[in-house]
Amino acid sequence: MRTRWQTVAGGVAVGLVLTGCAASDRDAEEGASASGGRDTFIFAASSDPASLDPAFASDGESFRIARQIFEGLVGVEPGTADPAPLLAESWEVSEDGLEYTFALKEGVTFHDGTDFDAEAVCFNFDRWNGFTGVLQSESLSYYWQKVNGGFAESDVETLDGTGKYESCEAADPSTAVVTLQSPLPELISALSLPAFSMQSPTALEEYDADGVTGEGDAPVLPEYATGHPTGTGPFVFESWSPGEEVVLSANEDYWGEQGQVRRIVFPIIADATARRQALQAGDIDGYDLVGPADVVALADEGYEIVNRDPFNILYLGMNQANPDLADLRVRQAIAHAINKEALVAQTLPEGTEVATNFVPPVVAGWNEDVTTYEYDPDKARELLAEAGKSDLTLDFNYPTNVSRPYMPTPEQVFTAITADLEAVGITVNPVPDPWNPEYLDKIQGGEDHGLHLLGWTGDYNDTYNFIGVFFGGPSNEWGFENEDLFAAINDARYVADIDEQTAAYEEANAAILDFLPGVPLAHPVPSLAFAPYVQGYPASPVQDEVYNVITFTD
Amino acid sequence: MTRLILRRLALLVPTLLGLSILLFLWVRALPGGPAQALLGERATPEAVERINQLYGFDRPLPEQYVTWLGQLLQGNFGVSTRTGRPVLDEFLLRFPATIELSLVALLVAVGVGIPLGYLAARHQGRSVDHVAVVVSLLGVTVPVFFLAFLLKWLFAVQLGWFPSSGRQDPAMIATHPTGFYVLDGLLTREWDASWDAFVHLVLPAVALGSIPLAIIARITRASVIDVQHADYVRTARAKGMRPDHVRGRVILHNAMLPVSTTIGLQVGLLLSGAVLTETVFAYPGIGKFLSDAIFSLDYAVLQGFILLIAVVYAMVNLLVDVSYGLIDPRMRAR
Repeated sequence: MRTRWQTVAGGVAVGLVLTGCAASDRDAEEGASASGGRDTFIFAASSDPASLDPAFASDGESFRIARQIFEGLVGVEPGTADPAPLLAESWEVSEDGLEYTFALKEGVTFHDGTDFDAEAVCFNFDRWNGFTGVLQSESLSYYWQKVNGGFAESDVETLDGTGKYESCEAADPSTAVVTLQSPLPELISALSLPAFSMQSPTALEEYDADGVTGEGDAPVLPEYATGHPTGTGPFVFESWSPGEEVVLSANEDYWGEQGQVRRIVFPIIADATARRQALQAGDIDGYDLVGPADVVALADEGYEIVNRDPFNILYLGMNQANPDLADLRVRQAIAHAINKEALVAQTLPEGTEVATNFVPPVVAGWNEDVTTYEYDPDKARELLAEAGKSDLTLDFNYPTNVSRPYMPTPEQVFTAITADLEAVGITVNPVPDPWNPEYLDKIQGGEDHGLHLLGWTGDYNDTYNFIGVFFGGPSNEWGFENEDLFAAINDARYVADIDEQTAAYEEANAAILDFLPGVPLAHPVPSLAFAPYVQGYPASPVQDEVYNVITFTD
Repeated sequence: MTRLILRRLALLVPTLLGLSILLFLWVRALPGGPAQALLGERATPEAVERINQLYGFDRPLPEQYVTWLGQLLQGNFGVSTRTGRPVLDEFLLRFPATIELSLVALLVAVGVGIPLGYLAARHQGRSVDHVAVVVSLLGVTVPVFFLAFLLKWLFAVQLGWFPSSGRQDPAMIATHPTGFYVLDGLLTREWDASWDAFVHLVLPAVALGSIPLAIIARITRASVIDVQHADYVRTARAKGMRPDHVRGRVILHNAMLPVSTTIGLQVGLLLSGAVLTETVFAYPGIGKFLSDAIFSLDYAVLQGFILLIAVVYAMVNLLVDVSYGLIDPRMRAR
């Protein structure tokens, strides 16, 4: 009997040893495949895509996948936020800014064999504009609504026939003419968003793309959006196992350069630490949203750190519903009290720029000559004394348990600013709230807040996409009414001539910094990390990153 | 035997009914009610109103409950607000992953726990015994998630022996006729896939198996010590039975009875431990889906999964009791 137990114990021991050997085998195999032509790119996603149909998505993870499968009429110049030809080789805009003539790339087919032509372009435009019922909720067609302003028909008064889009006509198979009701100069930039990708009309109809059921906030997506996205891009959809992974494979008939990557896998790993460990364990080739603390450590271990040009803004909001903050002198005092250079050096990733405008410098309309508020504690004290607020106490709201691209460590930013404010005699009352759902609700949903930290990452190269979002009208977040400012921003949006529009936005930016509703703090650099053998990741400020240009080395 | 099974199945009905009532009331008792839970914190009053009418949340509770129960009985557990797919589909999709993990964890626990406990009892007071005591103490005191983090950090991140997450190497292309990846690889003769799936199971299974392992080792030790001093063992020895027969047929056989009950009880613990282990290793089973559902307040999934897990748990316990009856004839009489 003893022998039997000994056999069992021995078996367990042998099993463990074998597993150990197997592990080393695994390493050896990986090494071999690296030199023998690696062709699968494994990039960790932080969550499932909301929808595989990009027309119904507005989140980064959906767009990341959409950019591999789909292409729009307009792309961006690599590494910048500037629009560039993609499926449209060129375009002409009429004098009055109402007629857009797109000359389409020829010989392109969708993944299902359908021809990409002017008919397909018009089919997509008419589809977006013709969304009805639940499809008009913000959780689905957010971008069409934001950019176009409405739909052909709607039960909601503000959306009913208020869109800029008028019609689309296929003049010939390779010429599509889009007509607007009133000018929308940002249209070309906006068309670079994955939400406006060209999709196969055949597949959209076959898999019932518009058959969304349920309610706007809890939609049940149709077959197309869960399993049959069909575009013209370099990768073809293969499978999606929710919570597990999304798999794409190379498009054999791609019109452009197909490149070395034959397969893309997006394993879904929600936790940032788990993503880092997966990279260190060799399970994945790269991941996004690397924590600032991990950047240096990973770089030291030999991993490739890739930085995106910042296309975002982190700011300190000052809610003027609070009477103290309604006093311009108090707001100026706060701006002078903050040592932005020290803040950036201490709490934000390397390479982060100090902000002066509410838009990043690469956006047209950024103004070099806005009023800046130098770090000057004495001046801050003077201004407070002048306002009769030398012993001011302010609520300071900040989010916890969250890491945003424009704000990797909110607690640290809060602490640094608080120290600066207390140094000039302002007593800070800390109000921490979890990001989801309390924080945004409190800041954007009600008046009960004081100073707050928030930010924004741009969708495409357009000033309105920043300052219009913040200051385009009265809001709970800022708590002020300033008709002149609202008008300056909204009028600039529809100036058809781009140069005139840029000048108008520059003026608006200057007006904002004089009125000082908040303090622009920084444009933090977002980082990605890769295994050393991954080369050529096409980092883009607007995250227009398509993986057919990635190469692997040994 | 049949009567035992029938009686247990009959008992299951009131248990599940009770649980379903609790789960039903739980969502109704949430601030804002089920409509708010469905729509999220920022829903407008109009939307809440619309949902209330659409799903009948404004009707009397008993009526709502009966409707809900009727849907459950037809396999309609609602739709996950996070993925937009039926809860039952989500469960069935992930169930094989968790079963596979739990089975391997149980194999680890039984395969190490019983020999360890037996050896400790046979060599009571000697070094093997001390080791066993320490192991079982650590096993029950170290939290599962901590052990999981530790194993992952050491064997996946630092040493790189095992993968840190998932069920399969993402670069692997494999077919899955059954959803049990190790088995699938064997069935389709994709040995690499089978092996890869197994390698992915090792760390989570060891973490998940740690508590049952410790408990099984302890019970085995105590039970063997108990039995080996029993009168019938002495009688067997006195009658000249061969020592290895005494150990095998008499001591071990009799000592296994409490151990098998313990193993059965551990199965339920495995399901709850899976929530933590699967989350740490990003292992796509029901445990991870449940923890994702908790964070995204996906109430349909929480309700449905808890009910389904209860059914599975009850079935497993029934199986354990049946096997218990097979080992000990006295049980059948009761």
